[in-house]
Parts: sequence; C-alpha cells; structure tokens
Amino acid sequence: MTFRRYLVLAVVTLTAAFGDAFLSRGMKALPAVSLSHPVALIHALFSPWIAAGILLLIGFFASYLTALSFADLTYVLPATSLGYVIMTILARCWLHEHVSPLRWLGLVFITAGVGFVARGPSWTEEETSVPALAPAMEEVTS
Amino acid sequence: MMPRSALLPTVEMIGAIVLTATAGDILMASAMRQIGDLDRIREKRGIPGAALAVVTNGRFGLGVFFLALSFFSLLYGLNHRDLSLIGPAAASLTFVSNALAAKIFLKENVDRRRWTAALFVCLGVALLAF
Repeated sequence: MTFRRYLVLAVVTLTAAFGDAFLSRGMKALPAVSLSHPVALIHALFSPWIAAGILLLIGFFASYLTALSFADLTYVLPATSLGYVIMTILARCWLHEHVSPLRWLGLVFITAGVGFVARGPSWTEEETSVPALAPAMEEVTS
Repeated sequence: MMPRSALLPTVEMIGAIVLTATAGDILMASAMRQIGDLDRIREKRGIPGAALAVVTNGRFGLGVFFLALSFFSLLYGLNHRDLSLIGPAAASLTFVSNALAAKIFLKENVDRRRWTAALFVCLGVALLAF
C-alpha cells in the first residue's frame, strides 16, 4: 500500500461521512416532505447543502471504485468504516444530536475493527496470474 | 414477543436489503478486479478513458442494478419499520455477508484478522442503533 492509496481510502471515508452529514443538514432545514408530494424532493436538490452532499457522495462512489481496483472488498469495507466514527462526531458536534454511551461503545468496536484489518495485507493475489514472468516464459519456450 | 406474522416481514425486509447490497458489492468488486488498477488506466487513457472502462463493464452495470434494488428495498423497509431497526441491522449484517460472499465468489483471503474486523465493525454498527 502506497501513501496515495491510503489517501484514496481516506477520501472514501471522509466523503461518505461529510456527504451524509450535509444531506442531513439540508433535509432538516426543509419542511417535512410527504411522499404524496414528491416534487418537494426535486426542489430539495437545489438546496446548497443537499447539492454539496450529492457532489460529495459522487466523489465517494468514484473513490470507492478506485479503492476496489487495488484492494479487496473485505479490506476496503472495514478500513473505510471509520466514516461511521466521523459521522457520529459530526452529528454530535455540528448537528448537536444526542449520542448515547452505547453508541460511543459502538464507535470503539468499529475503530478496533479498522485497526485489525489495516494491519493486514490489502490484496489477495490470484493464483493463476503471474504477469511479470509471462513474457520471459514465452521467450524461453519459443 | 412479536407475533410471527409481524416478525417474518421484518426478517424478509432486512434479508432483501442485505442480499441485494451484498450482490451489488460483490459484482462491483468483481468488475473493478476485472478492469484493473484505475490509477494506471487513468495515467494511460485519462479520466474519460477510466470512466469508459468502468461504465462499459457488464458486471459493473449488474452491480449498479443490485445496489439500486437494495436502495429501494431500504426505502420500502423504512416505510414499514423504524430506521433505528432497519438501518443498523441491514448495515451490520452486510459486513458479515460481504465477508462470506467475498471468500466464496471473489476467492479473497478472508483470514482470522479480516473475520475479526468484520465482526467488530458489525457489532459496532449494530450498537449505533441505541
């Protein structure tokens, strides 16, 4: 894992947490939306917080796909779950939501899980692919 | 205790969300494994080339389809049950089902370390409901 790849994982984590927090901030500023008036949801898209949240979630999806191109799914998912921790801290400090002691305990478990996976390898090599040796082997056999 | 008639739909709803989210994640991961390192593709063909490689991959399309199904299953679940039940239950179980499916379908090396990580995160996310 290079510094650049850790940076991609950090972008996945941060964009998911801030994207969700921005959406929450934007939706709370709007009057209650009823499913019988779905046009109100389209109107919500033009709220600056919601638009910014959607942009961040697009960034999340792009960086998530990039992460999956160099690391295993079972590495990326736990490694980026620190987003739940950031999201809860944002909910507590910025949105002034109540966070119960059990939730804080949950964050401790998540952080421990991230610690476990981050210390291991990020990629499972496929047994059949030996790309570096393939051209040399062709030369020897021809 | 909830009557069986009320309990079963809840289990089915959460099951539908978990299954479709897992299928979407596995297909998406499989697509990205098939395409290769996006950073290298971007260096050779630029951002449009990398985006084209992703969106023209069949598994990616199927993955998006299943993730969309998962999203609508979640919306349906939220329409009938509380967010505090559906959200953490589905999110935490998806960590475990993804680990199992990645081992079976993607042949990932899900060793004791990764299982421990998945179970810790699963438990942590479940506690966020309280």
